[in-house]
Amino acid sequence: MTVTIALISIGSLALLFGLILGWASIRYHVDSDPLVDQVDEILPQTQCGQCGYPGCRPYAEAIANGDDINKCPPGGEATIKKLADLMGVEPKPLDAAHGQEDVKKVAFIREDECIGCTKCIQACPVDAILGAAKHMHTVIAEECTGCDLCVEPCPVDCIDMIPVSPTTSTWKWNFTQSPKGDIAIKTVS
Amino acid sequence: MYPNFDQVVAQLDSGRLQSFPGGVYPAGNKDQTSELPIRRVELASILNVPLRQHVGTEATLIVEPGQRVLKGQPLTSSHQPFAVPVHAPTSGEVVGVGHHVTAHPSGLTEQCVSLRPDGYEEWCSLTPLTDYQTLNPAKVVAAICEAGITGMGGAGFPTHIKTSSSKPIEFLVINGVECEPYITADDRLMREYAWQIRQGIDVLQHLVQPKMVLIAIEDNKPQAIEAMQIACQDKANYRVVEVETKYPAGGEKQLIQMLTGREVPRDGLPADIGILMFNVGTCYAVADAIFQGKPLIERVVTLTGGALSQPGNVWAPIGTPVAHLLNLAGYLAEKQSAPQVIMGGPMMGFTLSHADIPVVKITNCLLAPARNELRSSDNERACIRCSACADACPVTLLPQQLFWHAKAREYDKTEEYNLFDCIECGACAFVCPSEIPLVHYYRKAKAEIRLQRDEKIRAEKAKERFEARKARLEREKREREEKHRKAKEARLAASQQAGSDTSDKVAAALARAKAKRAALPDNNPDNSAPPEESVPERKTQVAAAIARAKAKKAAQQASAQETGDTENTAATDNDKQQRVAAAIARAKAKKAAQSQGSPTNNTPQPVSHSDDTTGTDADAERKKRVAAAVARAKAKKESQKLTAGPLAEDSHGTRNPPLGEASSAEDEKKRRIAAAVARAKARKEAQRDEK
Amino acid sequence: MKLTLSSSPHQRTPRDTGQVMRLVIYAMLPGLALQWYFFGWGVIVQAILAVLAAIVTEAAVLTLRGKNIRHAVSDFSAVLTALLLAVSLPPLLPWWMTVIGAVFAIAIVKQVYGGLGYNMFNPAMVAYVMLLISFPAAMTMWMPPQTLAASTVNLGDTLSVIFTGFSNAGYDVTQLRTDWDGVTMATPLDAVKTGLTQGLTYSETLNMPVFSGAFAASLGAGWAWVSLAYAAGGLALLRLRVINWHIPVSMLASVVVVSLLIHLINQDHYASPLFHLFNGSVMLGAFFIATDPVSASTTNKGRLIFGGLIGFWVVIVRTFGGYPDAVAFAVIIMNMAVPLIDYYTRPRTYGHHSHVRSGKGKRP
Repeated sequence: MTVTIALISIGSLALLFGLILGWASIRYHVDSDPLVDQVDEILPQTQCGQCGYPGCRPYAEAIANGDDINKCPPGGEATIKKLADLMGVEPKPLDAAHGQEDVKKVAFIREDECIGCTKCIQACPVDAILGAAKHMHTVIAEECTGCDLCVEPCPVDCIDMIPVSPTTSTWKWNFTQSPKGDIAIKTVS
Repeated sequence: MYPNFDQVVAQLDSGRLQSFPGGVYPAGNKDQTSELPIRRVELASILNVPLRQHVGTEATLIVEPGQRVLKGQPLTSSHQPFAVPVHAPTSGEVVGVGHHVTAHPSGLTEQCVSLRPDGYEEWCSLTPLTDYQTLNPAKVVAAICEAGITGMGGAGFPTHIKTSSSKPIEFLVINGVECEPYITADDRLMREYAWQIRQGIDVLQHLVQPKMVLIAIEDNKPQAIEAMQIACQDKANYRVVEVETKYPAGGEKQLIQMLTGREVPRDGLPADIGILMFNVGTCYAVADAIFQGKPLIERVVTLTGGALSQPGNVWAPIGTPVAHLLNLAGYLAEKQSAPQVIMGGPMMGFTLSHADIPVVKITNCLLAPARNELRSSDNERACIRCSACADACPVTLLPQQLFWHAKAREYDKTEEYNLFDCIECGACAFVCPSEIPLVHYYRKAKAEIRLQRDEKIRAEKAKERFEARKARLEREKREREEKHRKAKEARLAASQQAGSDTSDKVAAALARAKAKRAALPDNNPDNSAPPEESVPERKTQVAAAIARAKAKKAAQQASAQETGDTENTAATDNDKQQRVAAAIARAKAKKAAQSQGSPTNNTPQPVSHSDDTTGTDADAERKKRVAAAVARAKAKKESQKLTAGPLAEDSHGTRNPPLGEASSAEDEKKRRIAAAVARAKARKEAQRDEK
Repeated sequence: MKLTLSSSPHQRTPRDTGQVMRLVIYAMLPGLALQWYFFGWGVIVQAILAVLAAIVTEAAVLTLRGKNIRHAVSDFSAVLTALLLAVSLPPLLPWWMTVIGAVFAIAIVKQVYGGLGYNMFNPAMVAYVMLLISFPAAMTMWMPPQTLAASTVNLGDTLSVIFTGFSNAGYDVTQLRTDWDGVTMATPLDAVKTGLTQGLTYSETLNMPVFSGAFAASLGAGWAWVSLAYAAGGLALLRLRVINWHIPVSMLASVVVVSLLIHLINQDHYASPLFHLFNGSVMLGAFFIATDPVSASTTNKGRLIFGGLIGFWVVIVRTFGGYPDAVAFAVIIMNMAVPLIDYYTRPRTYGHHSHVRSGKGKRP
């Protein structure tokens, strides 16, 4: 008899909690972005391919499938840290095999040397180079991600990667980087 | 929730103001300059007027180098609300427009107009609006904008934007608090020009229509209070309010809290709680602009500090180099251990990196402290969490937590602790016993967060463009496949028909063969282009060019047909015969084109030679450039080849003598020289080619 | 000649960390002097021992960590820790226990956590608890106040006992603690605790010799004066704005309220608020130990909670726990709660309507 009561009570308790849990899982269901989207969100979207994948999204997919998180030089340490947080792994130093973290750069075409071959246009992953065949090309600096991909294809080497110089609005309060004055105050004697 | 108008007035009547939390009491040090009248000083030999001296964007430049401008003449013109014009501070010649260090802590450059005064001080024609009360307010606001007036208290927010607020305003607050140590510019201005400030207040009052005007002055300036009281005694709703001397009482948010007990909502503006605030200097400038038509071209600057033998307040034309003013004030270099000039006060001012940084509209003070005058040290030690900073913070932040997270670069945490509510007043760093430059950490964190946000936006955009490009490539690929498929069908159809156009085909094939043969050496520039071969190469080039020209003609013919036909295919599908014909034409055109190489995929060389046959000037020019480019490309490849292996052939086909490993450095050098020689030769050859 | 750049503010108050620590040390001196007066040279000897051990340890560990020694030693934080430990120790404690305590406080509790500013617990209190648990007998061997003692222990005897275990005349600590009736003297807290367990009522325990000679019935002779001296030093610190009022006030208020409630339940069995306030290290704790900035709460509201709960735990452990005094335990317990307290007591920032926690990305 007691056994039956015990079974019934335990059973009904199990049922009750099961129902509560089931209800809670529906009621408090959180729609989260699929992992790939979250990873893609963190990557810098330069589409440079330095990670070895053709663009940021493929790398995001690779990370979601367990690839290393330290293959993105444009994102650098900050991106690795965020990825580590997201993936729940330890942050690693940037894999030097994929390049070094560098200052932000923008491509610049020396326009009088450009022959209008359109090779850079085809190479640009974000369509930031403007021009037509046999006509001079130019870079839309605003849209350039500094991925470097246009430099190699250029047959006449007329593309430079120019570091973006800080302006008063992008200055990061780094006194050591700001140009020091060398103009003396004239002393009154 | 907030005290309403009547409650605020009752509070003001009782004479007991609320205070803001925290705050510090730095030594005033105002005696050095507060008793000296504002001086006029001689002009500097050159003035650099930055185009952007305010919050917002640069206005459009309307003068050019060499032009003579009159005093007060606009140098830029404003076409959008957040652009405020700047004006010539005196008459003279514009000697340059370009980047010059500007009044910014970074010491970076911004666009400036350089003006050499001619000493005549010749004014341009001025249009005062003395009857402003009868005019449309919009016109008065426009005049304030045209006069280039921005907030002169510190931030430099365009005044005309504030005055055109659509929200109902209960209190117009005139800020004469000047809580920063050392600075006495506003104090002197109120003492000497109280009436003109009052006139400026009248104008603003007319525009804003507040219920009450509050003129707030710290109780350490009794003369200024008296002067303003006398100037405003005939107006019932103007009230001069004494406020406690406590730093940062002059902060906009803090002053509002003291006067009204209201708080500006975190994402809002003072206008949201029925308050507008202007600096006394701004009022003075408004009066100048409306009653005399003068734009904002000069301001009062306090020159002070132990390293100046003649401190005082001066009227400084905008654009005057700091060094000029310091010299006038008797700068003594030997009094400073390391030369240092602070623009603004010791609490919120910034150190200048260049002595020829110009005075701008927000420059209220130049402070050249003597050795040991200011107690600043870079002797940073560990935070002991004493929270003296939290007790001093006027906006009730937890500076020690912010510091902790900012130092660890946990920027999301700093935002959680409301980093962006920090007004950077410096009270926390002022009291910190561990001498931690707290504000510096916050500024860095803020700049970093702003950049990260920018980058995030850019990344979004890049992603979008990348996706768009991918989609486009995909579409083009599909279209191409479709075209191929159609062409194939057409070929099939054509092969069933009798070869009606065999002769064309034969011609095309011939041309193709020729072109291919001719193009061969050009396609392998690695093996070709030694200077000795230039003559035979030229011959082949010419041959190739002729062949290509023929092929081109054929292709043009074909493509003319093709374009007509594709239209037809697009228009109707029924006309089978036409489609078949079109397909044939297309196939021909394609073959011809293939023989020539498709224009997008080809190397540039054939293009250049095909132009050889034409003789126009433009073509010659382009040909020259292309030839140069080809030469460069060849040189590049050669130099790559040369640097790649020690035994690489140079352009003459001779071999470098193999050298021992011991002399590898010399070897390297020689190879470099050889590469350079090769490049030079290639260039020369290219030049000869174009002749 | 180049202009030097620095970030604002360019001006600072003259008070630095070393000065803050020195002020706290000065404020302890009256209490230390009275402790010397009532309990003899042992107090001074322990203080010197602890300070020396702490400074040497601090320097050694900093050298190992490759940090600037001069900086850290000149900020007087190690000296303060050592003093707080020393005044909590029985005056005739063997020297090596004191040294172990000081070394433990600096090396383990402070430096292992990252040095000044990073330690989660109050080093002096953790070291005290460590010693109390490791050497329970020696750590409770308090001398009777010299006004009550049969024989005063002079400097030579003190040194001899501390360093050899026996006085010049060959007595050990237990014998020295014995009064003229042959009864071992205990601290007032001990006395009451023991008395209550032996079935005496609270008021009966107050007739014990340790309570004779004080200015109020429930106060131990000498002990109350020492407490008052620390309170005076603490008030001076408040006046100089070295410490905030929140922690001392809330801690003392909480001691009074909680002990009063318990006392009212059964006046025979539970001690009065006055007894709790002026015996043991409540005053020292309220003004000098709980206010240690590094390990205390940093928000004003948090400080009230922090102090209040310390007071609560002190009375609870004293009344119901096994140990006679409980300031060290209470402080350590609350040290653990500090991050939580701080997190939930963040003040409302200007312009925010509530304690907004999600300040993410609202403003440019």
